[in-house]
Amino acid sequence: MNYVPNPPWVVRQMLDTIGIKSIDDLFADIPETLKLKRELNLPGPKSEVELRRELAALAAKNLSADDRPCFLGAGAYDHYIPAVVEQMLLRSEFYTAYTPYQPELSQGVLQTIFEYQTMICNLTGMDLANASMYDGGSALAEACSLACDATRRRKILIPDTVHPRYLEVIRTYAMGGKMEIITVPGKDGIADPDAITSMVDSQTAAVAIQHPNFYGNLETGLRQIEKAVHGVKGLLIMAVDPISLGILKPPGAWGADIAVGEGQSLGNPLSFGGPYLGFFAATEKLMRRVPGRLVGETVDREGNRAFVLTLQAREQHIRREKAGSNICSNEALCALAATIYLTLVGREGLKEIARRCHQLACYAKQQLEKAGLKLKYQKPFFKEFAVAIPDPRAANTALLKEGIIGGYELDRALLLAFTEKRTRAEIDRLASILGGIARE
Amino acid sequence: MSKLIFEKSVKGARAFTLPESGIPPAMVTEAIPADLLREEDPLLPEISEVEAVRHFTALSQRSYGVDSGFYPLGSCTMKYNPKINEWAARLPGFAGIHPYQPEETVQGALELMYELEQMLCEITGMDSFTLQPAAGAHGEMTGAMIIKAYHNSRGDTKRTKMIVPDSAHGTNPATANMLGYKVIEVKSDERGLVDLEDLRALMSDEIAGLMLTNPNTLGLFEENIREIAAIVHDAGGLLYYDGANANAIIGIARPGDMGFDICHLNLHKTFGTPHGGGGPGSGPIGVKSFLAEFLPVPVIEKHEGKYRLNYDRPRSIGKVHTFYGNFGVMVKAYTYIKALGNTGLKEVSRNAVLNANYLRTKLAGSYDIPYNRLCKHEFVASARKQKKEAGITALDIAKALIDRGCHPPTIYFPLIVEEALMIEPTETETRERLDTFIEAMLEIDRQARENPERLKEAPHKAVIRRPDETGAARNPVLKWKPKE
Ligand SMILES: Cc1ncc(COP(=O)(O)O)c(C=O)c1O
Repeated sequence: MNYVPNPPWVVRQMLDTIGIKSIDDLFADIPETLKLKRELNLPGPKSEVELRRELAALAAKNLSADDRPCFLGAGAYDHYIPAVVEQMLLRSEFYTAYTPYQPELSQGVLQTIFEYQTMICNLTGMDLANASMYDGGSALAEACSLACDATRRRKILIPDTVHPRYLEVIRTYAMGGKMEIITVPGKDGIADPDAITSMVDSQTAAVAIQHPNFYGNLETGLRQIEKAVHGVKGLLIMAVDPISLGILKPPGAWGADIAVGEGQSLGNPLSFGGPYLGFFAATEKLMRRVPGRLVGETVDREGNRAFVLTLQAREQHIRREKAGSNICSNEALCALAATIYLTLVGREGLKEIARRCHQLACYAKQQLEKAGLKLKYQKPFFKEFAVAIPDPRAANTALLKEGIIGGYELDRALLLAFTEKRTRAEIDRLASILGGIARE
Repeated sequence: MSKLIFEKSVKGARAFTLPESGIPPAMVTEAIPADLLREEDPLLPEISEVEAVRHFTALSQRSYGVDSGFYPLGSCTMKYNPKINEWAARLPGFAGIHPYQPEETVQGALELMYELEQMLCEITGMDSFTLQPAAGAHGEMTGAMIIKAYHNSRGDTKRTKMIVPDSAHGTNPATANMLGYKVIEVKSDERGLVDLEDLRALMSDEIAGLMLTNPNTLGLFEENIREIAAIVHDAGGLLYYDGANANAIIGIARPGDMGFDICHLNLHKTFGTPHGGGGPGSGPIGVKSFLAEFLPVPVIEKHEGKYRLNYDRPRSIGKVHTFYGNFGVMVKAYTYIKALGNTGLKEVSRNAVLNANYLRTKLAGSYDIPYNRLCKHEFVASARKQKKEAGITALDIAKALIDRGCHPPTIYFPLIVEEALMIEPTETETRERLDTFIEAMLEIDRQARENPERLKEAPHKAVIRRPDETGAARNPVLKWKPKE
């Protein structure tokens, strides 16, 4: 393929205009010793016909969850994506644009971000939301970093019921030196509020908790944890599943100062882990410390409604080495997918999806128990739970043989997720296969 | 006036329905404890499918992308995004795979990532790559972590400072700060290049490294890069390459051969993946072999024709992304590299530089170009002449370009050029497009002298006039609220 449009005779004339003989002369400023004196050791160009064949063959080597039951969750979920989402995302004025630096030319993109911010606020019950972060893990890490800046403290307490990969990302971000990460052992699959209460002190910048947690369980001790951390003037950070917010009490109502989460479930495909989006919402008090882009409403000089990037004095391009975060490009198109998704499913739809996920999970629990299995933790859950199984790897292999993508392998348990895409029949098969293994 | 989706809501209107569950309600008796439930439904739109589609279609029509027209946004490499890449990333075998599926069920994805890493190594002259960072700035951060991990691993903990040029992009100093480094600026010399004397004077055993773009943000090749590398290395520091400007040198010169120890690439710039209205991007980083042990986990390995993810890397900095990075973007970049191949990639850079120099030559008569010599993929013009003579600023020129159907260049960056207009045409523009832009720029210059008042009022033809940005920051309205 060739995406360079000028034919040789045009190039010739352009070189004449510049006043040089050849394109090579344009690189006279690169020292000869630095020039690559050979072709790159890569294959030659390919036609679109060949590309299609090659890419389709590569894709075919993967087992797609698109056309088989998938019970994997653990931070990425197989929710249904309405057809409208993809169609709208393919409007190329959206996807071939960049950050809306020029508001007069970007009102559409800016308005979608404003709508996204509003939806995230309404879901989480927070005062404001940014235009997106890279993903759930990095959003949580940035929230912890913000908490240290805002409180001028170092300690971040995190129950070990938070996604282990989120924890790893936070630990990596902590290399900057301003955060000290302390994990607090959980109890029976949920955070231990008494342990947290006993560990918070005047050096605690925040408690960061995930709800529902990594094991799918609901954190029933949130009230006590909120009291404990606010009691020492630290912040409460909550990582939440946006689908669960169709029915669960939002972080704002729990008194959270920052709410973040993985937004993939909102209209973004699994895509082997990315691109996803981290949503990031906070209280008004933290407005001037929030990382990333913010869109605000204003008026133009004729009084028409207008949207602009705002409060940019927080950001790297203005504040440079004093900026709290270095984020520049974000996950705008994934946030647009979330906006379109939430528009389409709407107020009733999100509630119904959340209820259905929970209903299917409850049904699955019942069927698994009937088949002789037991949940690892006896706790209220939302759409995901861990079922105790001595050899989760073998269980997954057996499921795969039957065309089912199983769960996330925990220590002697399988973490299973139930989205609204799962059916009663699929769950019955799951239970019967796992039950068969349990009886062996 | 454009109504928000919330303002178009009709109570009870809806688009989406669920299938029947087939589970009688009586069968499910478990309930979520009442105090964990929300008391009020979240305020989301209530709207029919057709009106939702019209809403977003109308918003797309109030936006402007590369497919709409010329987009010479300097430093951002707004090239054409090939459509075959969009097709590839949406294949069910790519879009439909879960990151935690068993390795044997995602061999195609791992192969693609492994091969992409290999190709990026060859393109940059580095030894190992990770695809995990989700954008350029994320790559910078990962690189700075590796710099820190390297020095720490040698017990060299007094290196608390990072050098960045005064022409650097904001993410460079912001990144250094995130890693707890004190930022030291090195000056540019009269030719717009790193001032070697200043650099020498700044070097010490407290310097962790230098972050540099090459070509730099003025679009100029740092000709002394070998010497810069020697100065930094002799003092024990590492050299970081910000790959935002790699579109100038693919197949021509390689950061690995210039002496850089770590480099990131922006797949969303150099490798033709779309910018998505602000993202997603992808910012893979490459390192020389002595730094490979510090790369994020997991790394992709190949054993006897099988690919696997290896987490067992004791010296790794850890993870910077929950999963493996922006895989969908990787598929597009992979497709792009395969499409162009070795010869095509080189033509990318050759034509990007040709287009930039063509524009520079044609604009030099009307606009001040502070470093007016051979540029690479972009150059920085200045509106200081227009400002002095007619009070017309870079901002006015940007707005006037909107009226003429072009996206404006990057303005007011780099900071070392007054009234900066940073112009990057990319290789995918025809001469005819470039000529239209040149005409528009020349006409604006004429109007600056003849009718500056009209320019100060620009844009006249956009969907809004200039917005009140001061008001937006003073009284922030960051979400819609229903009328009481
Ligand atoms: C020179 C330079 N460095 C770094 C970045 C940051 O890259 P990203 O936006 O992908 O994080 C940019 C992006 O505009 C840039 O132009």
